[in-house]
Amino acid sequence: MTDTDITSGTMDGMGPKGTKIGLLRVLGPAHVWALGVGIVLVGEYMGWNFSVGKGGAYASLIACWFAGILYTCVAMIDSEVTSTVASAGGQYTQAKHIIGPLMAFNVGLYLVFAYTMLEAANAVTVGFLVQEVAGMTGHAEALNDDAFIVLAIVFLAWLNYRGVLATLTFSLVITAFAFVAILLLFVMTAPAVAPGLLQHGELMSGGASLPYGWIGIIAAMHFGLWYYLGIEGTTQAAEEVRSPARSLPFGTLAGIMTLIIAATLTWYVCAGLMPWEYLGQAGTPLFDAARLTGSTFLVVILGIGTLFATLASANGCINDASRAWFAMGRDKYLPGWFGAVHPVYRTPYRAIIFLVPIALLFALQLPLDQIITFSILSGLLGYTFMPINMILFRRKWPLDSIKRGYEHPMHPLPAITLLALCGVTYFAVFLGYGTQLIAMIAFYIVASLWFHFWRYRFVDRGAQFTMPWPKPRGY
Amino acid sequence: MPMWTLIEYAAWAVSAILGLNMLWDWYRTDTTYSEEVLTSSREGEIEAMTEQHRM
Repeated sequence: MTDTDITSGTMDGMGPKGTKIGLLRVLGPAHVWALGVGIVLVGEYMGWNFSVGKGGAYASLIACWFAGILYTCVAMIDSEVTSTVASAGGQYTQAKHIIGPLMAFNVGLYLVFAYTMLEAANAVTVGFLVQEVAGMTGHAEALNDDAFIVLAIVFLAWLNYRGVLATLTFSLVITAFAFVAILLLFVMTAPAVAPGLLQHGELMSGGASLPYGWIGIIAAMHFGLWYYLGIEGTTQAAEEVRSPARSLPFGTLAGIMTLIIAATLTWYVCAGLMPWEYLGQAGTPLFDAARLTGSTFLVVILGIGTLFATLASANGCINDASRAWFAMGRDKYLPGWFGAVHPVYRTPYRAIIFLVPIALLFALQLPLDQIITFSILSGLLGYTFMPINMILFRRKWPLDSIKRGYEHPMHPLPAITLLALCGVTYFAVFLGYGTQLIAMIAFYIVASLWFHFWRYRFVDRGAQFTMPWPKPRGY
Repeated sequence: MPMWTLIEYAAWAVSAILGLNMLWDWYRTDTTYSEEVLTSSREGEIEAMTEQHRM
């Protein structure tokens, strides 16, 4: 085993357990950052502002910071566990090792649905943006956005099919551009540069401060998640990074810091330029903010930033959903046929192709708000699993039993905080989308029954636990 | 024909080309390599080679 040279070009991805073709380990911390921030940053360009509609600008800021705490807990917990369970599938593989097969199956489904629906929502947004640009350039007839929705999904799937390094380098470039665009907007609207442009005092006083009172703050938590939804996706790159124990915690924690900065700046600029009644239902708030500044430069930069953020998000979603689907196929939780790796591009090519028609179906057939809500709910179910997973992980394998790439501080406080904030968010979602919440839970219960009574017989039970850990404490 | 109508047709064409390229490569790969090789990936290979997780 020790004679295997994993840095060799010919041996990379192959190993002592019989892997002849494995995923390619070529990614660094910057790619992990791009994967996490890339999926999420579109939430700054659109979506977060519906939290303003739920409770006003102050409620949105409070939701932004509480959701920031929720996701900081997610990032810390994920970083610790993933630095130890470094395999494709991320939280699915964590659940398989720490809790058990039924939880793992459910978490795998949460991941695939959350990312595939988010990908579909992003593709719909690309179509909408192209339509807007066509209208702004004087195109009189209604443009068929289906062509651009299909192009976005097929192009990004093709990119993912051809190799992970090019895919996430593409994400890195466009995500960095979208983030810099937000920084530029903040700098160029600052009171020192444009005196009197931001009107926080006038726009947020009196009845506009908390239009629906304290319940508005809780209701705002639903879309407050949009500021950060998807940062946990960094874990899906675990099998393709060169140094998982170092790169994953570094990329994930740098990602959540980036997002908290971007979210706060976004709120600050938009809340100072638009009244809450408009901001709460705007389609592209950052682009609208750029238009309100009167700067053509900012309009162009933020317009491109909106498109790039949307593409980066869809790109990361294809990457993550396909890794989760691939990992479940490899373990026979789904047909083993999905566990194939492309011999040249070293990507899970069958999983990537299989999810294309599903994403197209969601994008072309379902309304956008329903897709987004089902994506949020699947994500929220995943976040609820994480604190339970963390508490069991520390109990079964305490700090002195196995080596970790990162140890998160103040355990169990982050886990308890995360669980409490998930509870608040369930209530917030129930206030606006109670039927969808119940429908989603019913779906996962039916899927669990199918797995328990039928699918589990095909799982290779002896090969599920792959980490070279000692026996869990107490067993 | 208006420019945006041409762009719309181009989007359909590029989607079809990329989609067919993937499908063709998928067919060629599956008929060139054995199923045993394609599905030989095993979870935990990195761990087995690089990490022993011992304190």
